[in-house]
Amino acid sequence: MKFAILVNEGPYTHQASDTAYHFAKAALAGGHEIFRVFFYHDGVHNATRLAAPPQDERRVTERWTQLAAEHGVDLVVCVAAAQRRGVVDAGEQKRHGMDANNIAGGFRISGLGQLIESGVRADRLVAFG
Amino acid sequence: MSKAQNTGAVKKFLYINRRAPHGSNYAQEGLEMAMVGAAFEQEVAIAFIDDGVFQLKRGQNPAGAGLKNFTAAFGALGDHDIRDIFVERESLEARGLRAEDLLQLVFEDENGKRAEKSAVQIVGGDELAEIIARQDVLLNF
Repeated sequence: MKFAILVNEGPYTHQASDTAYHFAKAALAGGHEIFRVFFYHDGVHNATRLAAPPQDERRVTERWTQLAAEHGVDLVVCVAAAQRRGVVDAGEQKRHGMDANNIAGGFRISGLGQLIESGVRADRLVAFG
Repeated sequence: MSKAQNTGAVKKFLYINRRAPHGSNYAQEGLEMAMVGAAFEQEVAIAFIDDGVFQLKRGQNPAGAGLKNFTAAFGALGDHDIRDIFVERESLEARGLRAEDLLQLVFEDENGKRAEKSAVQIVGGDELAEIIARQDVLLNF
């Protein structure tokens, strides 16, 4: 089956990102396809590479980055939600004249249309948070 | 919004709003998503249940809390050809609200004229359950 995943909450405060990650891993292990993971609302905070959790804790953002690297999963951050919350890639940095960017590897910033497309093209859109 | 991104398929999207409008950002960003869904030529309907019914209350002015009154944008739903706005009757009644307390939302009819009749439909929970069962994609906010 072709799944799309929507993550609506940030890391650590809520379980949503963890559950979404484990769902994606299990789906891939079961031979299913992950069409895209879309990050909306505070879910965009999953995409910052500047988080430095304690050594003995899980590294939420790095796990997503690894998933993208190992399985080619498309990780898309909503541009409007990201702009509100300060999740920035090189393009957004330049466009807004900012002094830094913080997006982690494997993530890209794009529009809400990418989520609508996920709902249209996937067999199931599964939302977390 | 580029129509080139449209894949040609049309699905029924229902956006279910459960939360009050201003205490969190879910309502505002949920509305933004619904409008994008319509721009991509999907069949978009919106439902309001639980505290979500407060989103449609007329006469809101959150400026005192330093917030933009994004609920004014509900008036643009008709321009996005969103004609089905469902409000759960039980949720309204539990909060002491009546139909006349809600924003008047209209849409353009087939002749391009602005229809007089409201796009807002107040439905019971049982009927809303049937509406939900008919959808392809559900998004909760």
